[in-house]
Amino acid sequence: MERKIIELDQGWAYMLKGITKLKRILEGLTEDPFSSEDYIFLYTTIYNMCTQKPPHDYSQQLYDMYREVFDEYIASMVLPSLKEKHDEFMLSELVQRWLNHKVMVRWQSRFFHYLDRYFVARRSLPALYEVGLTCFRDLVYQEVKANARDAVISLIDKEREGEQIDRALLKNVIDIFVAIGMGQMELYEQDFEVHMLQDSGAYYSRKASSWISDDSCPDYMLKAEECLKRERDRVSHYLHISSEQKLVEKVQHELLVVYEMQLLEKEYSGCRALLRDDKVEDLSRMYRLYHKIPKGLDPVSTIFKQHVTAEGMALVQQAEDVASSQTANGGVGMQELVLVRKIIELHDKYVAYVNDCFLNHSLFHKALKEAFEVFCNKAVSGSSSAELLATFCDNILKKGGSEKLSDEAIEETLEKVVKLLAYISDKDLFAEFYRKKLARRLLFDRSANEDHEKSILTKLKQQCGAQFTSKMEGMVTDLTLARENQNSFEEYLHNNTNVNPGLDLTVTVLTTGFWPSYKSCDLSLPQEMAAALLLFNNADRLSYSEMMTQLNLTHDDLVRLLHSLSCAKYKILNKEPNTKTILQTDNFEFNSKFTDRMRRIKVPLPPVDERKRVIEDVDKDRRYAIDAALVRIMKSRKVLGHQQLVMECVEQLGRMFKPDIKAIKKRMEDLITRDYLERDKDNQNIFKYLA
Amino acid sequence: MSIGKAISKTVEQIDRLFDSYANPSLGLIDPEGIETLCSDVGVNHTDIRILMLAWKMNAEKQGYFSKDEWRTGLKALKADSLNKLKKALPALETQVMMPPNFQDFYAYAFRYCLTEEKQKCVDIETICELLNLVLGSQFHAQVNSMSEYLKFQSEYRMLNMDQWMNFYRFCHEISFPDLQNYDSNQAWPLILDGFVEWMREKQC
Repeated sequence: MERKIIELDQGWAYMLKGITKLKRILEGLTEDPFSSEDYIFLYTTIYNMCTQKPPHDYSQQLYDMYREVFDEYIASMVLPSLKEKHDEFMLSELVQRWLNHKVMVRWQSRFFHYLDRYFVARRSLPALYEVGLTCFRDLVYQEVKANARDAVISLIDKEREGEQIDRALLKNVIDIFVAIGMGQMELYEQDFEVHMLQDSGAYYSRKASSWISDDSCPDYMLKAEECLKRERDRVSHYLHISSEQKLVEKVQHELLVVYEMQLLEKEYSGCRALLRDDKVEDLSRMYRLYHKIPKGLDPVSTIFKQHVTAEGMALVQQAEDVASSQTANGGVGMQELVLVRKIIELHDKYVAYVNDCFLNHSLFHKALKEAFEVFCNKAVSGSSSAELLATFCDNILKKGGSEKLSDEAIEETLEKVVKLLAYISDKDLFAEFYRKKLARRLLFDRSANEDHEKSILTKLKQQCGAQFTSKMEGMVTDLTLARENQNSFEEYLHNNTNVNPGLDLTVTVLTTGFWPSYKSCDLSLPQEMAAALLLFNNADRLSYSEMMTQLNLTHDDLVRLLHSLSCAKYKILNKEPNTKTILQTDNFEFNSKFTDRMRRIKVPLPPVDERKRVIEDVDKDRRYAIDAALVRIMKSRKVLGHQQLVMECVEQLGRMFKPDIKAIKKRMEDLITRDYLERDKDNQNIFKYLA
Repeated sequence: MSIGKAISKTVEQIDRLFDSYANPSLGLIDPEGIETLCSDVGVNHTDIRILMLAWKMNAEKQGYFSKDEWRTGLKALKADSLNKLKKALPALETQVMMPPNFQDFYAYAFRYCLTEEKQKCVDIETICELLNLVLGSQFHAQVNSMSEYLKFQSEYRMLNMDQWMNFYRFCHEISFPDLQNYDSNQAWPLILDGFVEWMREKQC
């Protein structure tokens, strides 16, 4: 049987009945709910009207009329009800109307569903659901969005001031802003978020400007921390998650960035004061607050560095003051050793700060390092820091040193000393001083504990490389071997009494190259003195210049030697003229009248200025090191600009010492003269390697 | 006269001129001979033009001209008589003053002072005289100050070729006496760094 044609008017009348019912349900008026038959009838009506043959296929008209239902409903019912309410009440109404609308769209699009299946798809038109939402957006949302947003923002500010607000309501309103974008966040961002952020910014700007003048730094930071916490909480409860970062940044900016310098530099409670008063908790908070802000920690680390530097410099100055008020004895005194101890303590203290307050952040490690590099390289009463450190070690490692410590304490201290070495630029100078003192400890059996000696060498090797400690290790090994040899030798003598020389004989065999060269020793007559006196076997009287020629010593050495033989306690030689100073015009005669009650006397050589000698040796080694580095670099690069060559040279040598730029230039000139390098003909600033 | 004959006549005349000044036992023109030559030509034997002549000849040993060197020089100057030699000198001067000739001449002047074998440096006093001779007219102020400095400082008693050449570059590149564009971080020899430092201190 042919289906009966439904005319448009007729069909629409049927639909309207259903639609009206729907509207009444939404208005909360008494109505029975839709039955399945109701639904099927409405659906089928649409189906028929869409599948009828032209001119009775009414798809287009029905599609349009679908939308008009919403338009009409919104205009007559929804908008008026919204317009008569304000603030919170308006928001509640809006939420309710939105929920209603969603229901209406859902139901109505079910009735008209057949349109979605063919008409919409074939013509690539917006789906029914989308049409429905678009109506709400264009007619309701656009009308009320400004008022809604203002109402929301003012509630937020109320909550900020401490009042209780209806969070659920806000969440629902904000959900509308999100949902109305139909998948895009644009409407939320432009119609709500940007205004909310601006308002928040203004709010916190006001707060910050009043807090910054009234509050101390710790109090301000506490407030800031609390505000940030609350804002995050706000987001989790009713703002969209995508707003969190922007909001936090905004609040951070107003509270922490704008006033950063004012906050940190508050005179009695700012960063410097907190460091001074060891306010660890407040500093930790400062770190937490600023570490997420780009470059936020830079001023903090700068102040930290300045503070540590000042503390260190104060210690150095203190030591200098005490040392200069006492009579100098030319060596390293007690005060300087105390200084090293204090610097170690300072280091421990601030390493803890870097680890605990500043959570190991590299910026603070760097600040600490730079601070220590400043004052750890200052000399105290003529002694370089390299010498001080070497003397400090000597004091711990030798028998009868001024520090009485347990084994563990010694290990710990040595560990810390090696760490301090990293800050000293003249590491090679330290190595020389250390080596000299080590030699003395070993040779004169003044070392307290061999294990400690070995342990510190291991630590130094780890920190500075094997080359640094190779000679020192050689020295220790020599001594161990020497002891074994001595034992075997004594055993041999014991077993072979016929070979026994009848003297106590102790021999220590040393490997040349490991050990420093010596002038003085505890024999009863130093080598050169013996040589000098032997000259008088062949002559009773010799002039200064004759002795000079025969002994082949430097003037310095000869003067010292003759002084001790002719002007000191025991006049083994008579000097003409009999003055207390040695001149090159003097003459010397063997004193045949010399006697003394004691059979063995000590005629010591006055000690050479060891410090000067060490510095000279190190300077010489440095010249060779610079030469070697320059040649090495040029050999591999072949052609290099002046500045770059200098830079690479400094970098290569940096592990051991900080080379003087002038010294590098001098060595380069020397290398040019020796035909290792030449300048480029066209650019005098470029050097070429000459193979 | 054919060209060939003309050339050989020139060579003959040049040789004859050589012989008139040469020391017969050495086979070279020696310092005495040079002095005679100078007075004949009408210049002081310390005049820069003699140095320029030596340069033109590429003379190896200071105070002596060999026959080959004499021939080289006079041929280049197109002079086969004393008169022509005299007349060639102003042109020679002009030629030397032109870069790049002057740089070559400047380097030559230094090498000319290396009288011993394997000598690489020239003593300060000679340097000061040489600077005055060679650069004195062009860079009067710089030469004066530098000479003063060289005599004042005690670190260097001799200068090497590198330092010598760099002073020339210094005169050309560095504004004087303000020294504003001098940068000791560049590859200037240390002695010039010292010179600049000394000048700057004086100016304070």
